[in-house]
Amino acid sequence: MEILVCVKRVPDTAENEITIKGDGTDIQRDDLVYSVNEWDNYATEEAIQIRDKVGGAVTVVTVGDSEAEEILRRQMAMGADKGILLADDAFEGSDGRGIASILKAEILKGKYDLILTGAQADDGAAQVGGMLAAMLDWPYASLVNKIEIDGKKLKIGREIEGGNQEMNEIELPCVLSIQTGINEPRYVGIRGIRKVASVEIPSHGAGDLGIAAGSVGAAAARVKRADYFTPVMGKGAEMLEGSMEEKIDKLIELLKAKGGLK
Amino acid sequence: MAQIFAYIAHKNGVVEDSAAELAVAAKKIDAAAQPTAIVTGSGSTLDSACQGAAKLYAQVWKLDNAALAYPNGEVVRKALAKIVPAGSIVLIPHDTFGMDMAPGLSIKLDAAYAADIVGLDGLSGATLKAVRQEFAGMAHTHVTIDTAKGAVLTLRPGSFQPDGSSASGSVTDKSGDAGDLGAKRRFLQVVEAETGDVDITKADVLVSVGRGIEDAENISIAQELAEAMGAVVSCSRPIVDAKWLEKSRQVGTSGKTVKPKVYMAMGISGSFQHLGGLKGSPFIVAVNKNPKAPIFQVADVGIVENILEFMPALTEKIGG
Ligand SMILES: Cc1cc2nc3c(=O)[nH]c(=O)nc-3n(C[C@H](O)[C@H](O)[C@H](O)COP(=O)(O)OP(=O)(O)OC[C@H]3O[C@@H](n4cnc5c(N)ncnc54)[C@H](O)[C@@H]3O)c2cc1C
Ligand SMILES: Nc1ncnc2c1ncn2[C@@H]1O[C@H](COP(=O)(O)O)[C@@H](O)[C@H]1O
Repeated sequence: MEILVCVKRVPDTAENEITIKGDGTDIQRDDLVYSVNEWDNYATEEAIQIRDKVGGAVTVVTVGDSEAEEILRRQMAMGADKGILLADDAFEGSDGRGIASILKAEILKGKYDLILTGAQADDGAAQVGGMLAAMLDWPYASLVNKIEIDGKKLKIGREIEGGNQEMNEIELPCVLSIQTGINEPRYVGIRGIRKVASVEIPSHGAGDLGIAAGSVGAAAARVKRADYFTPVMGKGAEMLEGSMEEKIDKLIELLKAKGGLK
Repeated sequence: MAQIFAYIAHKNGVVEDSAAELAVAAKKIDAAAQPTAIVTGSGSTLDSACQGAAKLYAQVWKLDNAALAYPNGEVVRKALAKIVPAGSIVLIPHDTFGMDMAPGLSIKLDAAYAADIVGLDGLSGATLKAVRQEFAGMAHTHVTIDTAKGAVLTLRPGSFQPDGSSASGSVTDKSGDAGDLGAKRRFLQVVEAETGDVDITKADVLVSVGRGIEDAENISIAQELAEAMGAVVSCSRPIVDAKWLEKSRQVGTSGKTVKPKVYMAMGISGSFQHLGGLKGSPFIVAVNKNPKAPIFQVADVGIVENILEFMPALTEKIGG
């Protein structure tokens, strides 16, 4: 099975406080720790496990700048066979449709049976997988938390509300977006990353992919971020101040009043 | 002005809360809008869902087909792509069905797509301004959506409060227009979530841990606090993904819906999927080391501390 996994380099929200720049044009990016999007890591692990079971190869691909190469290497250290960077100034400012069209162009250059994406990335859109499938005219299923291979078909589980699982049969080739928890992504040590440090990663631009200038990127985007802002919220929480001792005493009082402590 | 459509989610013949929420959102887009509800399904449950939708929308389009009996995202998308006129604005709930169906629909309709919208301004020309969140709720953004060729928008459940207005709409049967609904994805069955050893939905007090607990070994710190408080331990999704606690302890849209009196959110950031499982306005206590964590916007009481130090100290003081 030839599997392509779409991965994105994103600020790691577990490691960073996200703060907005004074003028609202962006978040403060200077000291951000970046990593591979959490969902994409599960997608890569799933692809590797499928390959190990039925054979074939796993390719990881990202649309990003040269810094995005580091996540391709990380996923190759996990066990992906190949990495492809899709980079071009013309790609900058693409909306979800733009990213999906760039990925589609790369996919049509190869011969893939299965495309995996993460369920969502840092801006929570959960859009690229479904758009890509529709552009390719391949069947799609989102929030996949189980994959069984059955010849030219897959039996898949989708996680739906309440943690229930919707079982489907889907024909190959197809696009699946992967939900966290489907597997336990393997740990990647420094040593693993060193091993793939010198592997050549091809970079494809708009010209290589036959993408017309202006059909992707900021000019083509129909959805654009106007600004980041800090919303006016309701009253918010009453913040307890003082030493830890004092906070605990106040909290115990409140808990007693609210029925949290007998 | 573009015609506005709302996709109606329904179960057992009853429309979901989102049906009323989308009607409110349509008015925010265009105060004069006469949005049309689209209800897909099959048989008598579809008919009662259409009746429900007609109480909220002046026009209801009904799509009856055996292939639509279960809302298979691929099949519904095909049907909608056939019946929705080019240039329309289509509103869909941002739930596990909407996430499945809507992005592809936008491609098939050649419409703009914006997902998980939490706020809307009116249309100005063909430009729609919406509010979204990024980075798990840590940043808010305004986005502009060019609706010149139409737009598919998914709206976050609970973000648009129903305004109590009603309609006595008429139902139009559009079943004949849906075309061929064969698809390369077939729905088989729904497997219900397993029930675990404890029922967190029955607890009055929950000590709920998130990724801030950092390590499997630290779960015992929460268990000790829960014991001292006479509470039950629940958690956010990453704790279940890491297999540190059972799925039956997960609070949220893809976990359990809980209605405790007191909810102790320990090292939980406060994503909407997590908060979606908290009902009945409990007294929420949030302890988080990040003073900017979104959970502090919804909590009643907030404490900026490291939970790995705070929880043991609290346990000791209570006398665990
Ligand atoms: C379709 C879908 C369904 C989902 N369903 C659910 C669901 O049902 N339930 C659910 O919970 N999530 C669900 N999620 C995931 C959700 O989007 C978030 O990823 C998740 O809720 C984050 O969990 P968290 O708050 O524990 O982790 P994080 O967002 O990583 O937050 C951890 C918090 O802990 C704080 N922290 C770290 N260390 C410490 C410390 N030592 N002391 C104090 N604070 C500390 C950090 O500041 C941070 O605020 C779903 C996602 C999708 C796409
Ligand atoms: N720039 C990108 N490069 C490669 N894949 C991406 C990119 N952006 C999004 N994706 C894929 O699409 C998924 C969903 O992201 P999104 O639709 O942006 O929420 C991600 O988990 C990735 O698999």
